[in-house]
Amino acid sequence: MTRSKSPAHEPESESEARRPTGATGMRLIVPLQGVVQGRGGLILGSLIPCALFYFFQLYLKRHRSPKPDSNPTSPSQSSSNLADLQRSSSRSNLSSRGSFGPVRVSSRASSIAKPNDSPYYIGLDKVSEDPYDRVHNPNGIIQLGLSENRLCFDLIEKWLLENMKDSVIGTEGGDLSISGIAPYQPCDGLMELKVAMAGFMSQVVGRSVSFDPSQMVLTSGATPALEILSFCLADPGNAFLVPTPYYPGFDRDMRWRTGVELIPVHCRSTDNFILSITALDQAFNQTRKRGIKVRGILISNPANPAGNLLPRETLYNLLDFAREKNIHIVCDEIFAGSMYGSEEFVSMAEIIDTEDFDKNRVHIVYGLSKDLSLPGFRVGVIYSFNESVLVAARKLTRFSSISAPTQRLLISMLSDMRFTQAYIEINKKRIREMHDLFVAGLKKLGIKCAKSCAGLYCWVDMSGLICSYSEKGELELWDKLLNIAKINVTPGSACHCIEPGWFRCCFTTLSREDIAIVIERIGKVAETCKISS
Amino acid sequence: MRHLSRKATCNSHGQDSSYFLGWQEYEKNPYHEKENPKGIIQMGLAENQLSFDLLESWLAENPDAAGFKRGGESIFRELALFQDYHGLPAFKKALVEFMAEIRGNKVTFDPTHMVLTAGATSANETLMFCLAGRGEAFLLPTPYYPGFDRDLKWRTEVEIVPIHCTSSNGFQITESALEAAYQDAQNRDLRVKGVLVTNPSNPLGTTMSRSELNLLINFITIKGIHLISDEIYSGTVFSSPSFVSVMEVLKDRNCDKTEVWNRVHIVYSLSKDLGLPGFRVGAIYSNDEMVVAAATKMSSFGLVSSQTQYLLSALLSDKKFTKNYISKNHKRLKEQQELLVAGLQRAGISCLKSNAGLFCWVNMKHLLSSNTFEAEMELWKKVVYDVRLNISPGSSCHCTEPGWFRVCFANMSKETLNLAIQRLKDFVVETTANGHSPSNIHYSSSKNSKRKLLPKWVLRLSSRDRDRESDER
Repeated sequence: MTRSKSPAHEPESESEARRPTGATGMRLIVPLQGVVQGRGGLILGSLIPCALFYFFQLYLKRHRSPKPDSNPTSPSQSSSNLADLQRSSSRSNLSSRGSFGPVRVSSRASSIAKPNDSPYYIGLDKVSEDPYDRVHNPNGIIQLGLSENRLCFDLIEKWLLENMKDSVIGTEGGDLSISGIAPYQPCDGLMELKVAMAGFMSQVVGRSVSFDPSQMVLTSGATPALEILSFCLADPGNAFLVPTPYYPGFDRDMRWRTGVELIPVHCRSTDNFILSITALDQAFNQTRKRGIKVRGILISNPANPAGNLLPRETLYNLLDFAREKNIHIVCDEIFAGSMYGSEEFVSMAEIIDTEDFDKNRVHIVYGLSKDLSLPGFRVGVIYSFNESVLVAARKLTRFSSISAPTQRLLISMLSDMRFTQAYIEINKKRIREMHDLFVAGLKKLGIKCAKSCAGLYCWVDMSGLICSYSEKGELELWDKLLNIAKINVTPGSACHCIEPGWFRCCFTTLSREDIAIVIERIGKVAETCKISS
Repeated sequence: MRHLSRKATCNSHGQDSSYFLGWQEYEKNPYHEKENPKGIIQMGLAENQLSFDLLESWLAENPDAAGFKRGGESIFRELALFQDYHGLPAFKKALVEFMAEIRGNKVTFDPTHMVLTAGATSANETLMFCLAGRGEAFLLPTPYYPGFDRDLKWRTEVEIVPIHCTSSNGFQITESALEAAYQDAQNRDLRVKGVLVTNPSNPLGTTMSRSELNLLINFITIKGIHLISDEIYSGTVFSSPSFVSVMEVLKDRNCDKTEVWNRVHIVYSLSKDLGLPGFRVGAIYSNDEMVVAAATKMSSFGLVSSQTQYLLSALLSDKKFTKNYISKNHKRLKEQQELLVAGLQRAGISCLKSNAGLFCWVNMKHLLSSNTFEAEMELWKKVVYDVRLNISPGSSCHCTEPGWFRVCFANMSKETLNLAIQRLKDFVVETTANGHSPSNIHYSSSKNSKRKLLPKWVLRLSSRDRDRESDER
């Protein structure tokens, strides 16, 4: 995997401007001594190289080209993310103002335009080139790298069959009426949808937690929801602390256009990858020492990719920590309805409800891409207790509004609470079945998974199969799995995991037969790894 | 209270401009034919509501499109899972063909050069993110759409430097104005990355002439900068001259193999031409691979719902429908515009001669108490609160000359339009009867007018400025 070099788009005059320091410095000191005589010359002769050195450093800092956005940094070096300050790249344009030659795109764009070199994205691309199909392409690559849920479409299709007619285009007086959905709608979503969504979220969370529609902002997916929160809560150069391993998309959603940093807080298998406040505190202090302001913590609960739930205790501790440091908490609960284990899911909303916590610092992100299997429809939610954040976020949704026909359809669907309740239950059951089948298959191969109870994936420990216990070894195994076994899984390094050998395997896009094939293919590769090691 | 970011707390989203305030007033007291006949008529929102019936009848005849079916078979699963930021190929193909059709098929577009976004709002912002950053600027001819202050500047931190256009030549862009703007930016220590024009223009309602387009192309070639042509109203050109896209001019000049070809980008949307702003469908079209690559990835923050993409791909692939729609839509827009222009003329109000858009650029200078923006605001407030019409004052569009207003006509029935014209006519009659003094006159539909006592300072102002009334059109 090659990491792309810095973009060759800098106007030529900049390279002319670069000059070495030391040699020039010396060349100045000696003649100066001659000119100024004695101590004056000595002082000037010392000052000038220092000044030159200082300006050179300043120049370098301004012109440091941004690193690729999705770099799979090795676990011990993930702090190199700090170097990737998008802000400095836009400043570089200022000094190239006098350059000749036509303007190019912004450096932000050239960095984003580069092909993704993270295995997360490479794997996804490879599958689309050679996708597995039981009938048409049985030797294709089986996709286990995309957390999609294909288990319950039959339920939705049945509902559509029974309810479709009135749900998209409204009927006024018996005639089809597009005038309801065609015109401009409030950009943060129709109130009716917010009400329906609030009801759905209550059902998902499973207890008596109620969500207030007026605290909701609807967005075209959870992706813009995260970006909007990042824009609202932090300035360029500020940071969020994120427990690892984390969803590779966070690097894009929180950082790309905002100039905000993500500082990893490493979690270990010995803790079942659950965040420890000690580690959080350490990361906070280290970041502060580097002169970077921490604005908040970003957690996903249920966790992606580890699939565990944060215990109530941890959530309380997080809130205490946030209050002590005066920072925000962004809690991505997008997998809340995709539970398969027996542990109870505790939403941040529930904690806030029950205790007298400072609500202004908590913001929840949700969406229908996972729990309702509708990623194509682009439906996300920002749920906040902070009125100022809501006011700003509402205005920002003009860039990311949900399409009106989709809003209409979902108002209908989510308001049918009998349907949604049944869906949630059956969905959990089917996820559990697939999970158990998959985990059992891996067990037969001697491969263990982390203890998890939610999500559409398992967090698999294949460290026993890698040749060298390092990121390199992990990526070699990933490559073997992709190109020999022809299954696409997500390596832990793409998720910034500090321990090599972990892989996220999504099983909800598979049928029972597919799982058997996947296990068989992994088995073959496992054999070769054991032979070679 | 937790500290928020600077962007969240600053005011550069322009939400406090009069453009939006008028809107708010309308929401408090909206006109309704039966339920609130004395309410404020919305003439500040450029929406096309004249051709819904055509869309509805198509939907009635093609239930599969809205029903997630293709040829009778359900494709729901496929659509539910489709979140590829490259967009639904069938939709992009249909969209580029529709765009070509609007341009009389004089230019064709390549679907792989197109990036779909959630509305033109998102398209414009994304393109800004791709082309510029802090410390940099785009030049925009005034008057321009007030939303640009928010869409182009807010999160991107890019600046807008105005290219001043005047009524002396119908607000067309001149070379000297371009140069002056470029110099202005340099004086403000901003690096100019490009020019952004809306063609057809909002709020002018005019299409750009070939000479203007040539002028622009020359300018960006010499300066080595980008050109963004927001062609969101390209399908609303209802009378001659016909629409000339910047791509057509480039082609005619054989620029397609040159460098400048990569620096011209188009923004499009179905919000105006098809009257579907709620659907959130926008597009960026560029010949620069890097722009397309970056914009495609950034579109993750504003993808178009696959449900909508599929529905519209079916709609736009129906060539019989699109041909019929385009011509009927033009006809209706023309009729509505002519109604408004004639009505205004009878009231002694002239408009800029326009051939496109969903609005007229109306000259009410002669109704101002003085040739100032304060007087324009006074007049605007009267029109909103007393005449009860929400129109957009030129100052909110950064117009350099006071007294111009944008008045929308495509979001109402003929009856409502006539009522609006009548209200305005009555207001003008009263105003002129009082010898140009801006009086607070209440309007009821029965035309009984009451004259309130004027504060002395107003009278003094009006008598002093009577001599300064200019006769510009």
